[in-house]
Amino acid sequence: MLPDQLLFAMEVTLNGLMAGVMYALVALGFVLIFKASGIFNYAQGVLALFAALTLVGLQNGQIPFAHLINATFGTKLHHFGWTLPSVVAIALTALVMVGLAYLIERLVLKHLVNQEPIILFMATIGLAYFLEGLGDVMWGADIKKLDVGLPQGISESIESVTDAWFGYGFFIDKLDVVAALVAAALVAALTLFSQYTKYGRALRAVADDHQAALSVGISLRFVWVLVWSIAGFVALIAGIMWGTKSGVQFSLSLIALKALPVLMLGGFTSIPGAIVGGLIIGMGEKLFEFFAGPLIGGATENWFAYVLALLFLVFRPQGLFGERIIERV
Amino acid sequence: MKKSFTLLAAAAIAAGAAGAAQADLVVPNLSYRTGPFAAGGIPYADGFQDYFTLLNERDGGIGGEKVLTPECETAYNTEKGVECYEATKGQGALVYNPLSTGITYQLIPKMQADGITLYTPGYGRTSAANGKVFEWVFNYPANYWDAASVAVKYLLDENGGSLEGKKIALLYHNSAYGKEPIRTLEELSEKHGFELSMLPIDSPGQEQKSQWLQVRREKPDFVVFYGWGVMNSVAIQEAANIRFPMENFIGIWWSGSENDVIPAGAGANGYKSLTMHGVGSDYPVYADLKQYVHDAGKAAGDGSNVGTVLYSRGMYAAMVIAEAIRKAQELAGTSAVNAAQVRDGFEALEITEARMEELGLPDFGQPFAASCEDHGGPGMARIQQWDANERKWTLISDWIAPDDEVLTPLVMEDSAAYAKEAGLTERCN
Repeated sequence: MLPDQLLFAMEVTLNGLMAGVMYALVALGFVLIFKASGIFNYAQGVLALFAALTLVGLQNGQIPFAHLINATFGTKLHHFGWTLPSVVAIALTALVMVGLAYLIERLVLKHLVNQEPIILFMATIGLAYFLEGLGDVMWGADIKKLDVGLPQGISESIESVTDAWFGYGFFIDKLDVVAALVAAALVAALTLFSQYTKYGRALRAVADDHQAALSVGISLRFVWVLVWSIAGFVALIAGIMWGTKSGVQFSLSLIALKALPVLMLGGFTSIPGAIVGGLIIGMGEKLFEFFAGPLIGGATENWFAYVLALLFLVFRPQGLFGERIIERV
Repeated sequence: MKKSFTLLAAAAIAAGAAGAAQADLVVPNLSYRTGPFAAGGIPYADGFQDYFTLLNERDGGIGGEKVLTPECETAYNTEKGVECYEATKGQGALVYNPLSTGITYQLIPKMQADGITLYTPGYGRTSAANGKVFEWVFNYPANYWDAASVAVKYLLDENGGSLEGKKIALLYHNSAYGKEPIRTLEELSEKHGFELSMLPIDSPGQEQKSQWLQVRREKPDFVVFYGWGVMNSVAIQEAANIRFPMENFIGIWWSGSENDVIPAGAGANGYKSLTMHGVGSDYPVYADLKQYVHDAGKAAGDGSNVGTVLYSRGMYAAMVIAEAIRKAQELAGTSAVNAAQVRDGFEALEITEARMEELGLPDFGQPFAASCEDHGGPGMARIQQWDANERKWTLISDWIAPDDEVLTPLVMEDSAAYAKEAGLTERCN
């Protein structure tokens, strides 16, 4: 029989890895856009919020802009009176995210071609505030329950198996298991897409060298719409997972804060880096809280993730999987 | 061109003067309808605003004076809250209720200097209950330390009068607000012999796995919870996930609204929280709100929040402010009271059960009488429990009084420290 502390540490480690997958889901969206266009998309967390709001709104048949319409015309509209199956609502939300990507390219990025990265970064800050306000006006700021049929709660099978093995049943949330599977599928699909499809190769070409890609006839604007659409889809997945976990409300946009140390650690340009970074951050913060939290008053996770990322930065500024930084003088 | 500009300016000044004359009682509504805490801020702000609209529409205001509630968005951000205060105080503001402990701490010295009342029911700086030190702050009918004490008293009642050997975990928002009950609970744990453990959660609290794994390992008998915003719904969901008995999980009144339990669905069934007022909309005042405010198209929101916990709390806060203004008018012998007179009204305010009935809120809030020394009220609270099937809160206890034997010395100690720090001398002597 293993000592209790070791069993608890194993349980904490597993849960940390699962939490890391949830962080990685958010980090993936950042990586996709940064890799393809060199833009650090400050609005990625808000994209997840906007996608989740849209999904719940469509699913519940909520009338968009109802508050605005009612205030303007004195009507009392709120719902269409129907509900949509989850699959249909998810598909429609994905379409909305593609439309949003198109609009972002047409209205924002197109006008900022060849600008400094800091200008593009500032534009995404503006985009974040705009989308947060738009989401509020479209769907309202009340907290919403998101139910797309994902299981939630303790996994009894894992609990009983670990109980039989170690005499202590581990807690693993079924939602975290689903998130891990979805993240694995997402990474596999993104890898296959970028390696084996024409558009995936175009995306990689633009990521490697904008000028060279343009010279062989690749449309930079199309690639930007494509990559923002994919990032929007990834944001939708992250929004579903986090929305199921905590309800859909406006602090959902703050999950981006959890993705930043993951990106610093895994590198801004690597999809596997986002996953590995997420796992290290998730596991590291949970184990630190378990061992050191009781000694220093707890609530260590938020700052420890950044300390861990900074430690990695000292030794590997490009992150674990980032492209090597070579400065020629 | 110059002439028309002069005419326009004159018209604007005349309109401004007329506006001020029609709305002599200014009660700014520092609200948060955007940002991470909007889900709680919106119903509270709606209830607050709607009650004053009701008074204006039904009674022609308070003592014949209309009430103006200029709204300013704080987004639950302390800096923005202070900006809102600075931006609105010049409009003749009589009293503020910012619904944020962080903003309250910043405003206490400013409002003391400016001579404007700060009313913080159920939140803010607990030791402001000592009127000898905090002349311009009132936090009746109950405060954070009262809540911790009431929760322990309820648990004592449920456990045959003894908590000896029991384990209680305090799960809290890692902020000035969440840390407020620690000292009280430490004192109470010594007095009643229970073991106390601390589980802080950083804001906003979307990820709480570590804390709940700790609960699962250490198996406390009860969890007392001081959360706000998304932290509440996540905590209730996580408690359901680890199969923690919901009847042993008790939140403060800021962790006991519909927003907190509905996202957890059936898992939230049986969750308990404190409340300092009645639940539901089965009170006569709601019929008036429907007739004069909602049906008349003058409501602050779309009406979907009416009767919810936070709407009722906002309405209750507005009701107390209105009664204090009414008292001030009575004391001053004029309806157009100023900020200093309103403070006097707060200090002389007495709300009896008979008055609550007249206001259309029978058995809704505890009766209380303020005084120069007592700005905190009796501190009583009731316990409500969530029924997930019916999707409603039910009151399961009568009013429970806090343990003043423990709390009074703590309030005196903290307020004395503030008086020393701020260079204040005690009043009411």
